[in-house]
Amino acid sequence: MRALEPWVEAPLATFLAESSARLTLLMTSAGQVVAQHGFTRAFDVMSAAALGAAIMASTDELARLMEVPAFHALSHQGAHYGLFLSGFDTPRGRWIGLVVFGPESSLGLVQLFFQRMVADLVTVAPGPEPTGQVLGEDFEDELNASLRTLFGQ
Amino acid sequence: MQDLAVALESITRVHGVRGAMVVSVSDGLVVAESLMEDIDGAPIAALTASLATRLRRTTEAAGRRQPTFLHLRADTGTVLAVPSSGDLLVVAIGEQDVNVGLARLEMLHLAERGI
Repeated sequence: MRALEPWVEAPLATFLAESSARLTLLMTSAGQVVAQHGFTRAFDVMSAAALGAAIMASTDELARLMEVPAFHALSHQGAHYGLFLSGFDTPRGRWIGLVVFGPESSLGLVQLFFQRMVADLVTVAPGPEPTGQVLGEDFEDELNASLRTLFGQ
Repeated sequence: MQDLAVALESITRVHGVRGAMVVSVSDGLVVAESLMEDIDGAPIAALTASLATRLRRTTEAAGRRQPTFLHLRADTGTVLAVPSSGDLLVVAIGEQDVNVGLARLEMLHLAERGI
């Protein structure tokens, strides 16, 4: 498990231990990765984050078209693996969780411990990040630092 | 679904039972429920389904048949579960002094009906 923000680690570790999730990705609603577990390649993480954020954006738009409140979560059940995708609000803005689980877990368990992780994250989260001017050289440095943190390279 | 709710009421009428549910074992989700207002069924469904799955695997590994009745007794209450046909589990949540014998009978009756 690797996280860009240290305060994410404890709630995520508890979730992973309790839910037995195979893969977990926490990201911002824009698809920026905050923490990951189970992925071995940066490319896979970036692709999964982009796709997960896009799915949530699509369902938000569907809800808007249907004039109903936004959908909080969706799940797909395959023959061997299930996928759970859910958006949630934190003091750091809206985040998305993507969880892949196998037969050793269940959708009910993942939902249950995901809700608890969200409550823990909201409790331990520091306030909103101060916004500053974004510079080109800072962006590349920060991107490289994030990738090193997420993959230990 | 209406029949299922009526069938669950036969369990909740038993002395000490505070709620009953039909749970999908593979998903750990509630299929039908008849619970007192202060009971949140979702966590109980998820954890009981997980427990039932693990117990089934344990008994299979030991070369025994699947358990027909689970009785979990804690300081503040009791959880009872009976696997039904297919992927379903009948679950009852009760007080410590729940009438286990009668609750078991009603749960087995519901499970044997094939839900």
